[in-house]
Amino acid sequence: MSDLPLSISGLTVAYQRKPVLWDIDIDIPPGSLVGVIGPNGAGKSTLLRACLGLIPVAAGEVRFFGQSYRQVDSRVAYVPQRESVDWDFPINAIDVVTMGLYRQIGWCRPVRKRHRETAREALQQVGLGELADRQINQLSGGQQQRVFLARALVQRADLYLMDEPLAAVDAATEQAIVGTLRSLRDAGKTAIVIHHDLPTVREYFDRVVLLNVRLLASGPVEEAFTDENLQQTYGGRLTLLDRATEAIARREIRT
Amino acid sequence: MNRYLLAEAWTRTLLLQDHNTRVVVIATTALGIAAGVIGSFTLLRRRALMGDALSHAMLPGIGLAFLAAPLIGWSEKSLPVLLAGACASGIVGTGTILFLRRYVRLNEDAVLGIVLSVFFGAGLAILGLVQQTSGGHAAGLESFIYGKTASITTTDAIGIGVTAVLTITFVGCLFKELTLLCFDEGFAAAKRFSTLGLDIGLMGMVIVITVVGLQAVGLILMIALLVIPASAARFWTTHVATMAWLSAAIAAVSCLVGALISASVPDLPSGAMIVLVAAAMFVVSISLGPQSGIFTRLADRRARLLPPPGVRRNPSAEDRVAGDRPEVGVGQTKDADRRYPGTAP
Repeated sequence: MSDLPLSISGLTVAYQRKPVLWDIDIDIPPGSLVGVIGPNGAGKSTLLRACLGLIPVAAGEVRFFGQSYRQVDSRVAYVPQRESVDWDFPINAIDVVTMGLYRQIGWCRPVRKRHRETAREALQQVGLGELADRQINQLSGGQQQRVFLARALVQRADLYLMDEPLAAVDAATEQAIVGTLRSLRDAGKTAIVIHHDLPTVREYFDRVVLLNVRLLASGPVEEAFTDENLQQTYGGRLTLLDRATEAIARREIRT
Repeated sequence: MNRYLLAEAWTRTLLLQDHNTRVVVIATTALGIAAGVIGSFTLLRRRALMGDALSHAMLPGIGLAFLAAPLIGWSEKSLPVLLAGACASGIVGTGTILFLRRYVRLNEDAVLGIVLSVFFGAGLAILGLVQQTSGGHAAGLESFIYGKTASITTTDAIGIGVTAVLTITFVGCLFKELTLLCFDEGFAAAKRFSTLGLDIGLMGMVIVITVVGLQAVGLILMIALLVIPASAARFWTTHVATMAWLSAAIAAVSCLVGALISASVPDLPSGAMIVLVAAAMFVVSISLGPQSGIFTRLADRRARLLPPPGVRRNPSAEDRVAGDRPEVGVGQTKDADRRYPGTAP
């Protein structure tokens, strides 16, 4: 059990005494693609950020590969939300990807040519080899998202935590990212991906985590991604999110 | 005859024949380099105005140090004591900003405005009292507000030079860490770089530079050296390193020229001249700079009939790589319009 890429027990996070995550227990087995699903404000981003120690935790424990995050941080890669940074920043794509290697390079040491070569390979892997030297505000939203993905890939981690990599991207980017996720899984890696688009969950993921402040379900897609669990997760808000899913859910509940 | 004397004064100034002028010019230029480099990072970190609040918050410290110096056996005009006071009250001001921002529900700009004005007001009040009690003794204190390069001594110049070297070492050593901090704080923290430590280092450098720059440009205008050159540099480059060097060069030239003008024309305050020279270079940059400069944008629009940078361009053929399609149809971007807020022509 101690080899689980991610094991969360009793995790509780609160902002000014209001709980955002309440008593979460999740175990993620290796080699799986996990979709984290839940309405806006369910605490999905908070879950990832709390696991990485970016925000204070009120209670609970998070273990990566059986150890604390600081012991194994080199085996974990994080892809923040694309909107979280300023894309007008004076930097080009390859330099952003190189940031994935900064920890490995170490404090105060310069970026060497071989680091840039590694970064260039990662950019080629996500189909952006030719745009390596372009300033990031000259890239489309989908290309920017792939730059973020390349920055995670370059770390050669075993566990990837991704905050909405498929939000508001073009079809080509979506296919490139999903393809990359699958090849990561085939190499025995694990990815935990916050996802918004309910209709594609079955196609893209092996496991799901349904979250709305509390954990509603966590397990293989066939078992956990049920209409009942979805209704519980989204409550009355399901209608706003996905009419098609709701229609299917209603029909199946009746029969 | 009169004209001849004036010409000679100019020549002496411009050729740096005067020892004093030489000291002043070297000191202010070094100050410009330091402020230009650090200013690039505070600008990218979106902490530019923090430097302004910080420098204004130094005034009460100067006044109090003036009052306290005789009590600890120093001369009341001893520069180290005054600068130590400035430094201490600058740190208190920064602490107040951080405290209010964290524990009181106020916008950042409100916090900065309140701390800046209250500290500056308190400083003016203390200086008023100081001037009443000590008669003509306190006469030189306003030079900290407006800047008076003539008061720079060789020792001060050495202090400024050391600061410049320190700044370049700091940025040279932590260049990639500071860039990461400014670009993506969350990722930096996830990779276990101490963002708090880096922020403290950055603000610490701002405090040191402001303190040694007080005499040259004064605390009101110190912010100009931290913001204007860095902002101007952004219009010329898309690399942080180039931006930092360019910003240092622009700031250094502003200081050099500003100090020379101020030295050769009596009663022109140096701080003001430095700011005006920097402003002129800023205007040139925003007009002609290849990165979103006004004329570049106009020329671009004429030549290619494209919207100006800042507005999302439709991906043209050269923008697409193999297998990539423009963002239409499936998964259409919801945020294409709000990604570059406020930059529409």
